[in-house]
Amino acid sequence: MSRISIEQVKHVAHLARLAITDEEAEMFTKQLDAIITFAEQLNELDTENVPPTSHVLDMKNVMREDVPTPGIPVEDVLKNAPDHKDGQIRVPAILE
Amino acid sequence: MSLFDHKVSELHSMLHKKEISVSDLVDESFKRISEVEDKVQAFLTLDEENARRKAKELDEKLAKEQEFGLLFGMPIGIKDNIVTKGLRTTCASKILYNFDPIYDATVMQRLHEADAITIGKLNMDEFAMGSSTENSGFQSTRNPWDLERVPGGSSGGSAAAVAAGEVPFALGSDTGGSIRQPAAFCGVVGLKPTYGRVSRFGLVAFASSLDQIGPITRTVEDNAYLLQVIAGLDPMDSTSANIDVPDYVSALTGDIKGLKIAVPKEYLGEGVSEEVRQSVLDALKVLEGLGATWEEVSLPHSKYALATYYLLSSSEASANLARFDGVRYGYRTDNAKNLIDMYKQTRSEGFGNEVKRRIMLGTFALSSGYYDAYYKKAQKVRTLIKQDFEKVFEKYDVIIGPTTPTPAFKIGEKTSDPLTMYANDILTIPVNLAGVPGISIPCGFSNGLPLGLQIIGKHFDESTIYRVAHAFEQATDYHKQKPAL
Repeated sequence: MSRISIEQVKHVAHLARLAITDEEAEMFTKQLDAIITFAEQLNELDTENVPPTSHVLDMKNVMREDVPTPGIPVEDVLKNAPDHKDGQIRVPAILE
Repeated sequence: MSLFDHKVSELHSMLHKKEISVSDLVDESFKRISEVEDKVQAFLTLDEENARRKAKELDEKLAKEQEFGLLFGMPIGIKDNIVTKGLRTTCASKILYNFDPIYDATVMQRLHEADAITIGKLNMDEFAMGSSTENSGFQSTRNPWDLERVPGGSSGGSAAAVAAGEVPFALGSDTGGSIRQPAAFCGVVGLKPTYGRVSRFGLVAFASSLDQIGPITRTVEDNAYLLQVIAGLDPMDSTSANIDVPDYVSALTGDIKGLKIAVPKEYLGEGVSEEVRQSVLDALKVLEGLGATWEEVSLPHSKYALATYYLLSSSEASANLARFDGVRYGYRTDNAKNLIDMYKQTRSEGFGNEVKRRIMLGTFALSSGYYDAYYKKAQKVRTLIKQDFEKVFEKYDVIIGPTTPTPAFKIGEKTSDPLTMYANDILTIPVNLAGVPGISIPCGFSNGLPLGLQIIGKHFDESTIYRVAHAFEQATDYHKQKPAL
């Protein structure tokens, strides 16, 4: 049984904002299915009472003094923008 | 004979005696680059003009006998996922082909303060996803020991540049083995520090809970110098640790009498080639001769590390790489009808297949209905893997095994099947999941290809790793071998 269908791959690609062709969808379905099948070996382990690890060091809520510092100058922000006008980044129309 | 056959302490003494100048060191880099870069293809961007200007400044400083930084005059290459102000930083991805950073990573600021000289930016697998540098969006770096073979990855450019004598120092990054594996394949010294030891500010994020920047050099002493400069708390990275940085160079005593070594049976078992296994057993004999003892132990969850890693790192990557959308920086498609279409076309044209695969795997593992079964399950197994290490470190000082199951493989040999490529990292990935530090040092050759010995330490105990690595290096001459380029 396959773990992921071609429709699911297309849906995931949409969620990840990736345009993929039908041929690519087929290739990725095969590859992702193999990887997910491989990953299911984790089910051999009973982890019922095991806490999850999201961070290896024992630290939380690292605080700093709330002191204002200069922000990034607008010209620096715009330096790498593909398109900008009047100090604003410009993008294609949001609505057609 | 190259100037870079000398360690930094020797080069500094030569500089002080006026036997050489800083400009000579920079000349040596660019001369070697002009000789071998056509074959090795380690660099994506060179910064020759600034490097030569900086060398002149430092030579003036030298003449005035002012205070000198720890890496005074040392040429260094930087992996291209570390942002360098005013110097193009691409992550070897088309989506950042023209990215000109507006600030320096913290490690770059520290290198400037230490008077190091940036020579250029080094090739890598796109966004550090890969084990061969074949996933670079621009070029395939070659292994200096055999140009038909990969240098390893993802810091393949960093390891190859050091092995080829183009630079004596390089920075890499290691998420699942990306410093240690190429160091092993190229016969150089590469350390992944403890998670939190080195600031990640300015390292373009792949998997934030696993990524660490670390040094790649020809000798252990040089490696310790470079870690000394980059390690320490940084207010810009809340995951950097508020723990004092010891003097690493003073740890290089050569004395490992009474050292207790653990050798996991899983690291010498199935999938590990005979030549690699033998080189580790030979290395253990050398260490025994120096007064250490070793015993076999078990890290029982090792076989689950690979699956755990790919679920967690891809999940984190899918979130981290969402920022590349063609709006604020990098590539933007020319043929978009509307905003959503612009995102999709930009990302599809800008990312390579391995990056797309991992973004999709991560998006899937985090998506509603699958989160508990994949992402959370992997986080729980991560706990078990971390506990394996904690148990062993209750009784032992270091864990030793091979860095890779085999020596460097041929270019193109593993590109068709992602899982075959991933299997390369089975011995390095558990270290990242546990957050502990690990080094790869040269420990032999197989048919002219270097082999790497991996030494793993306790959290924030890089000093012991360096002490063992240095003692081994003093007792062997593998690190003195150079590729015939």
